[in-house]
Amino acid sequence: MGQVLLKSVRKSFGNTEVIPDLSLKVPDGSFTVLVGPSGCGKSTILRMIAGLEEVSSGSIEIDGLDVTYKEPSQRGIAMVFQSYALYPHMTVAENIGFGMILAKRPNAEINKRVREAAEILQLENLLDRKPKQLSGGQRQRVAIGRAITRDPKVFLFDEPLSNLDASLRGQMRVELAELHSKIGATMIYVTHDQVEAMTMADQIVVLNCGRIEQQGAPMDLYDGPETPFVAGFIGAPSMNFFEGPVASQLGCDTLGVRPEHIGLGDENCTLEGKIRYSEQLGSDTMVYVQHEVYGQITVRVEGSRKLEIGSRARLLLPEEFMHKFRGGRRISG
Amino acid sequence: MPAHKFVRLVLKYVLLAWIALIFIFPIVFMVISSFKPDLQLLRDSASLRAFLPVGDLSLENYSAAFDRAPIRLFMFNSVFITAVTVCLSLLLSSLAAFSFVFLQWFGRSVLMAVILATFIVPFETIAVPLLLIVNNLPWLGLDGFKTGWLNSYHVQIIPFIADALTIFLFVQYFRDLPTELVEAARIDGATWFQVYRRVIIPLSGPVIATAAILKFLVMYNNQLLWPIMVVQEETYRPVMLGLQYFFQLNTAWGEIMAYLTIITLPVLAFYLVLQRAFIASIASTGIKG
Repeated sequence: MGQVLLKSVRKSFGNTEVIPDLSLKVPDGSFTVLVGPSGCGKSTILRMIAGLEEVSSGSIEIDGLDVTYKEPSQRGIAMVFQSYALYPHMTVAENIGFGMILAKRPNAEINKRVREAAEILQLENLLDRKPKQLSGGQRQRVAIGRAITRDPKVFLFDEPLSNLDASLRGQMRVELAELHSKIGATMIYVTHDQVEAMTMADQIVVLNCGRIEQQGAPMDLYDGPETPFVAGFIGAPSMNFFEGPVASQLGCDTLGVRPEHIGLGDENCTLEGKIRYSEQLGSDTMVYVQHEVYGQITVRVEGSRKLEIGSRARLLLPEEFMHKFRGGRRISG
Repeated sequence: MPAHKFVRLVLKYVLLAWIALIFIFPIVFMVISSFKPDLQLLRDSASLRAFLPVGDLSLENYSAAFDRAPIRLFMFNSVFITAVTVCLSLLLSSLAAFSFVFLQWFGRSVLMAVILATFIVPFETIAVPLLLIVNNLPWLGLDGFKTGWLNSYHVQIIPFIADALTIFLFVQYFRDLPTELVEAARIDGATWFQVYRRVIIPLSGPVIATAAILKFLVMYNNQLLWPIMVVQEETYRPVMLGLQYFFQLNTAWGEIMAYLTIITLPVLAFYLVLQRAFIASIASTGIKG
């Protein structure tokens, strides 16, 4: 069991309250992603679970045990940092086995578990190297290896892929997802990248100013965002929002439609605007349409379409894909 | 290379060479003069010959210097006092700095400010009160319990172990180390002392070298006022006090130069051993000597 429970947790730095009364349940064995913009408190929550920050009030339970005031090493967690945090003066093997060396485990056991972790992460040939002799991806693997050997109940990841280039990030995403299915431990992953959140998570927790805006399965958040903030944060490119006549005719004050759900060039169009710019991405085309009242509207159309800049574009907003919000809350599917 | 760049490069090197010569001339003068008899030394000092190994050169000044003062004893005393002080200072200052940077405790900012404030207090100001204090402190030595630390090694060591500069150097260096390393070690199960010993200290080579050299120089070179006040017995005198043996009715300049050359050697050796780390640290911390 590696369930994590945060009960009415608050965190203040001096007079600044960064987490105002937050409760969260991370189910055992889940891959939960905390996502939100910079400064929303997601890393602070992770650090409080790790024991690297004290809570101002409230309690934290891991595996049914109150760990609020326990040392980081006594919480049954392992953490992978954004900067990898590898000990530069130690070899890969020493980095991975450092926790066991401190715990004075027998050498044979340390070697065995270091080799096992290295095998999982394909680091067998690098065990004698120092961190500075490794690439970014290899360093991140070592950091994960160090976490694995602790055999924790909960893995904590603090933006572990943000220092990697795009292609390596994609590869590491797959590797992390595979690792999760292989070892089945609870994983809590912090990122500001909603693509990482959507592709890896069982459960996404969207945070805004230290509060949970919404939590649920990735597709639940994509299909049914409860607030305009979640609607705008989940999905790339971001959802288009319309206020004014179009929204009020439909009985809401904010209407949201995702770029991929807007029809282009339809006879029965809802709105008409001028094409400002278009990007051909191969698999699809991003079209930026300027509307006199609603400003820029992003449209994603399938396939590669060559569109003339400055020409008129007619847009259809299909009713079944509309997200209606009133007073900052969702009012319909 | 274009002509104007070449001229600038030459000018730069001429200037650097000139500055280097200004710094090295006194040392060259000291070493060369230590091999010359007094008469020739005084005659040459008015010309460039003072810096050249010319004329009647011998090791006589050295043998005379050894006869005049117990150099071996003074040298041992100086090196012993300096080495013990430097080692203890590195240990205590790095521990103090670790506590200031990584541990959370009430009043640490105030205490750090107070320690830094001691920078501006010259030693001469506290010398007399310090003398009164050490004269009344108890000490349990091999010869039993006694009051007063005068005429001992420890009276020349203990008051100088902790100093603001060494603590400050470590604090600045530790602040630049990634906090995640400490956090990772804490999660790995390291105690605070294990974090210090197994993670922080192995990464602190440059600052240890810098602090060691600075402390060594201060301790070795400044052993004058305090030893005069607290050491009357020859047994515990450092090399700097040995100079007084040469300033008598007829000052023997050749012997003084020989003595100075001998007592400069440990400083030179220490610097040569640690110079690479010292320069690296100065370059990285922006501290100027």
